[in-house]
Amino acid sequence: MQATPHAGYAGNHDHHSHGHPTGLMRWVTTTNHKDIGTMYLWFSFVMFLVGGAMSLILRAELFSPGLQYVSPEFYNQMLTLHALIMVFGAIMPAFVGFANWMIPMMIGASDMAFARMNNWSFWLLPPAAILLTTSIFVPGGAAGTGWTMYPPLSIQMGMGMDMAIFAVHILGMSSIMGSINIVTTILNMRTPGMTLMKMPLFCWTWLVTAFLLIASMPILAGAVTMLLTDRHFGTSFFAAAGGGDPVLFQHIFWFFGHPEVYIIALPAFGVVSHVIPAFSRKPLFGYVSMVYAIAAIGLISFFVWAHHMYVTGIPLTGQLYFMYATMLIAVPTGVKVFNWVTTMWRGSLTFETPMLFALGFLVLFTIGGLTGLVLAMTAVDIQLQDTYYVVAHFHYVMVAGALFSAYAGLYFWLPKWTGRMYSEGLGKLHFWLSIIFFNVAFFPQHFLGLAGMPRRVPDYAQQFADFNVISGIGAFGFGFSQLLVLVVIFQALKSGEKASSRPWDGAHGLEWTVPSPAPYHTFEDPPPFNQAEAHG
Amino acid sequence: MLCRAAWDLAGERENMARRSNNNRDTTGVLSGAARPLFAGLLALLSSTANAAWELNLQEPVTAVARRVYELHSLLLWVIVVIFVGVFAVVAYSLYFHRKSRGHKAATFHDNTAVELAWTIVPALVLVAIAFPATSALVDMRDTSQPDLTVKVTGYQWKWGYEYLTGDAAGVKFLSVLSTPRDQIENKAPKGEHYLLEVDRPLVVPVGKKVRILTTSNDVIHNWSMPAFAVKTDAVPGFLRDTWFRAEKEGTYRGQCSELCGKDHGFMPIVVEVVSAEKYAAWVAEQKQQLAAGAEDPNKVWTLDEQVARGETVYAANCAACHQASGEGMPPAFPALNGSKIATGPKEAHLALVLKGKAGTAMAAFGEQLSDTDIAAVVAYERNAWSNKLGEVIQPAEVKALRGK
Repeated sequence: MQATPHAGYAGNHDHHSHGHPTGLMRWVTTTNHKDIGTMYLWFSFVMFLVGGAMSLILRAELFSPGLQYVSPEFYNQMLTLHALIMVFGAIMPAFVGFANWMIPMMIGASDMAFARMNNWSFWLLPPAAILLTTSIFVPGGAAGTGWTMYPPLSIQMGMGMDMAIFAVHILGMSSIMGSINIVTTILNMRTPGMTLMKMPLFCWTWLVTAFLLIASMPILAGAVTMLLTDRHFGTSFFAAAGGGDPVLFQHIFWFFGHPEVYIIALPAFGVVSHVIPAFSRKPLFGYVSMVYAIAAIGLISFFVWAHHMYVTGIPLTGQLYFMYATMLIAVPTGVKVFNWVTTMWRGSLTFETPMLFALGFLVLFTIGGLTGLVLAMTAVDIQLQDTYYVVAHFHYVMVAGALFSAYAGLYFWLPKWTGRMYSEGLGKLHFWLSIIFFNVAFFPQHFLGLAGMPRRVPDYAQQFADFNVISGIGAFGFGFSQLLVLVVIFQALKSGEKASSRPWDGAHGLEWTVPSPAPYHTFEDPPPFNQAEAHG
Repeated sequence: MLCRAAWDLAGERENMARRSNNNRDTTGVLSGAARPLFAGLLALLSSTANAAWELNLQEPVTAVARRVYELHSLLLWVIVVIFVGVFAVVAYSLYFHRKSRGHKAATFHDNTAVELAWTIVPALVLVAIAFPATSALVDMRDTSQPDLTVKVTGYQWKWGYEYLTGDAAGVKFLSVLSTPRDQIENKAPKGEHYLLEVDRPLVVPVGKKVRILTTSNDVIHNWSMPAFAVKTDAVPGFLRDTWFRAEKEGTYRGQCSELCGKDHGFMPIVVEVVSAEKYAAWVAEQKQQLAAGAEDPNKVWTLDEQVARGETVYAANCAACHQASGEGMPPAFPALNGSKIATGPKEAHLALVLKGKAGTAMAAFGEQLSDTDIAAVVAYERNAWSNKLGEVIQPAEVKALRGK
């Protein structure tokens, strides 16, 4: 960087001298990857609270048998919006936020490849969120179909369904634009010397994730468009009376839906693959096999979709194929877990909040993965399909997997983003409350499912009452514990200690070579890259 | 052996739970929003008295369900062993490789032999468990040579049963939740089989292979019976099949297992497995009713007679959406009281009930109800609440409209 008026950027936030808009317009018009990353993260946290509040409505209704607070229709609407908002509004944007903030800084790029498109990728999200949340108030209410939107039930819904479909279209556009941006950035803007196989693992997980998104979001868009024309223009893609087949929708939906699971999980793997080595003070074990495992998981995820459809009447040969293919995913997933475990082996471990969340991720994600193995067995799945066992399984993967990993990343990189250390005591309190209440909420649901309690019901038989009470207590405890994140962030901003450029002594990577907080513009010239900051 | 023992134990526990599954609504004095909260907490506190801490699959009563049970037990052991193995290593690291204990980090970062081993060994474990998983599944799908076949039709929100082959061929009826509304709304204590009871269960003989054909009249439902390890979608316009051979007499309970709209949680499935003699007696009774019950379609009805009949039909088929008060739940489920349809020309009203309304939850009841019932329910709707039209509708009029 030369000694010109621009030099000021490296050290502080003085972007005003550039003639940029300030106040609200700064955020509306920004093309800066850090600003956009910040907006993604705040947006996802707000959506997380909205979706979380909806889940507490569900748990309140389920706290005891009988109908108490909400009608069955409203219950269905809440469970649908809870899922759509959490998947598309909270978890996915959270990891896109991490990608925006960290990928350019990890690969030594000055910004994302398509900075203006990046702005659009973000600003498409709020309209979609508004469509989803306000659909509660239109005549007939929101879609009450579950996030899977199976016809013919989705054909019966009111205009709330159309709003959800439109929201999915917009979210899909945003995801595709974001993904193209990420792929282009990673493939073209790495600093000289950083070959693909020396790239930080988080970038690898996002590279594969972005391809999954580009390949699968159009499929979802197609599925919901066919739904829309079935609803309004008399096509019969999914209506037997017109020569269609309702199950066709499920095939198309899950051809998107299964990769979607890994779209959420892979970046989570990426974050954990940075946090565990940093606090083990030891390089990530098996970098190359990690990369191959990520690629294998991404690829296989396109060939297992019908394991969500074992009870739809697909032929025996189909069930067998999808069972074997699904079991196959356990192999690369196992490799990743073993690699993380071995990274810690003979390390020099400390347990700051990011490491605690990464360990929580490891334990709980493994439980979710192992119950996934149980569900892969078609004969067992037929007993457990559409029961609370499945609900428990995917919350172990999605919440304890993706969310805990996102928290690990938040605490890990917060000093870099804000220049301030968070309070370790508050962080640890947040972790312990989260992991305890999470298990109180979701572990009993395995038993409910085994005993036969169906999911997506507002009321249940009395033998399920006890575990539902426990689950409800856990859910409320977990939900309110999450508000601590706000306390942590504001405490850090207000009175946190100043962070050094590398606040974690075991952390490696180019992002730790710039000051904390990271200047508004970083790496305007490609930085030198050496083995010390390489990942593997 | 282990699996078997676990199964026996679980069965014992299940039976105990079933016996002690009495009502736990002991909070009469509380009211408002706090009531369910306290009911839940009290249930938890008093759970030693009426515990239902089911930890495992329901007691299997078919050979297939037993195989599934054993397969699940096997898998549970496999995943527990893997979990304990992996996290024993983690626990060791967490304790002995801590910086606070002065442990210095090693620098190794790959080892081809180890990495190959933990790719290949899990793959072999998977191959090993694929064998029992495959044979259980093949068994499950073998619907050949049934002793009797029953067609099951899902409706929003009830089940229709029709015996296609066997002694009871020709018998058909609807099966509707029989839990009173008051119990659901917490105005009355909940019964023993709250939400798991129906007016007319499916009756099948013990030890016979029963083939179930599923289909649906509206949206996708799922006919599920955990004790038989049966769960199959009911897809509108298509037939799916499954089977079971129950080994023990008794009453078995399941629920619809695919979200099918607002009353998805309120369409249980009850199967009564009876001895051959009892089944024969039941069949004879059904056949007799079938012969006697064939109503004279030319009977001329009076208003009072018809409204009384219509009220029962309305309660079973219409009240879930349009409500007993006729006020509906607009806009999804319109009010009938004072509506244009229910006070307008009766032909349009009859046609709507017969053919349903596409794109809504209004089903074509022409396929479910007899001419007499349709005439009665429409007459009821036109005479109940404030719709005092004083019209009688004869079944012959319905019959005439069906052709159009």
